[in-house]
This record gives sequence, structure tokens and C-alpha cells, in this order.
Amino acid sequence: MKYAILVNEGPYQHQASDTAYQFCKAAIERGHEVFRAFFYHDGVHNGSRFPVPPQDDRNIPVQWSELAAAHDIDLVVCIAAAQRRGILDEGEAQRQGKDGDNIAPGFRISGLGQLIEAGIQCDRLLVFGD
Amino acid sequence: MSEPWEEEGPGEIRKFMYVNRKAPYGTIYALESLEVVLIAAAFEQDVSMVFMDDGVFQIKKGQDTGQIGMKNFSPTYRALEGYDVEKLYVEAESLSERGLSEDDLLVPVEVMSRDAIARLMDEQDVILSF
Repeated sequence: MKYAILVNEGPYQHQASDTAYQFCKAAIERGHEVFRAFFYHDGVHNGSRFPVPPQDDRNIPVQWSELAAAHDIDLVVCIAAAQRRGILDEGEAQRQGKDGDNIAPGFRISGLGQLIEAGIQCDRLLVFGD
Repeated sequence: MSEPWEEEGPGEIRKFMYVNRKAPYGTIYALESLEVVLIAAAFEQDVSMVFMDDGVFQIKKGQDTGQIGMKNFSPTYRALEGYDVEKLYVEAESLSERGLSEDDLLVPVEVMSRDAIARLMDEQDVILSF
């Protein structure tokens, strides 16, 4: 099946992102496709490359980046939600006059249309939230 | 026999349901959910919204956010009709549990039982819950 994923919570505070990640891994191992993960609400924080968790803990953004690279998953951070919460790519940082960007590898910033498009194109859209 | 998700061709209109379960203030879920609905309207899908649990407070009349420094976005629900979002369902049990009735709501809705909402959910292609 062709899955799309919506992640509505940030890393660590909520388990939603971990569960979404575990689901994606399991689905791919079973031969399914996860073609897009869309990050909304505080979920956009999963797309920051700045978190520095303790060494014996998982690094959630890095996990997402690696999974996306290995299996060609489109990781999309909602631009409206990202702007509120300070998740910026290079272009956005320049446009907004900020002194740096923080988006993690494999993530891109785009609009909510990408979520709706995923809902139209997928066989199943799964929501991971609180 | 083919599975249901194999029968849908491209360009087919899908049934999208937005399930609103959280109070309008206190968290940003309601506001950002409304942003999704408004953006999604451009995709001309078959859209419905459900208000249940504390989500029924989102469309309560007489909201006044003057003292909390947040924008009162409740008038936007009245604008949904202009976006062809006309199917608004409210769970009867959620209303009565909170001492509310249909007269307390600022938009015309269809009040439905929990069972009826469950059946409606069963008919959807995509359910986004916030």
C-alpha cells in the first residue's frame, strides 16, 4: 500500500513522532511505500537539525533524515506552522531576515497543499498525534 | 476481489473529514486545523467537519478573547460556507455533556449521535483529526 503520514507533535514531549517513525519502518520492511511524511503543529520541530539529545537516547530528527534518505520519503514541514515556531531553511531565513537556518537534512518546507495532495494520492493517510 | 483502495482512479473526488476535538484556546490545534480546512478547500474535495469532545467549544457563540491576548478566530467558521465547506456535524453527546445545545452554536450544524458519527467516519477516505 501507498501510505502518507501526518505527524502533529514535536519530538520527545510526545511519543507521536516515535510511533510514526516505527510505523514507517515497519511498513517499509513489509514492502509498503511511505511516500510522504507531513509535519504539522509542533510536529515541525522534528525537522530541526539542532536538537542534541543525550548520547544514550535516540536522535529523532536524525532518525527521520536517515529513514528518508534510505527509502526516498518526502519529509515536508508545513511552512505556516514552521514560521510560527522558527523552523527555517536557507531561503526562508534570508526572506525573513534571520541569521541562520536550522532545517534537518532530507526535510523541506512547503505548504499545506502537500498534505491534502498526499491525502488524495495515498491509499491511506495516518495521523500521529496526541 | 480488489481492495477498496485499488478501485479509485486519479482525479476522483475523495471524502475528507476534519475532526476537531480540542477547545479553541489553550492549544493551537483548533486554529491550525481551521487553516488546513481553508487551504484544502482549493482542492475541491468532498469535505466535512466534525466537532466533538471539547471541540464543540470551537463553534460556541459569544467567544471573547479580549483578556487573553489571542485573536478570536471564531468568525472564520461563519466564512466556511463561502469555501463550500457546508457539512458541519456536531456530536450530540459532546454537546449535552457540556451543557450546550444547538442554539449555543454560531453556525448551522447537523447534530448527530455518537453512533451516527462513527458510521459517517466509516464512509470517509481520509480523516484528519486535530
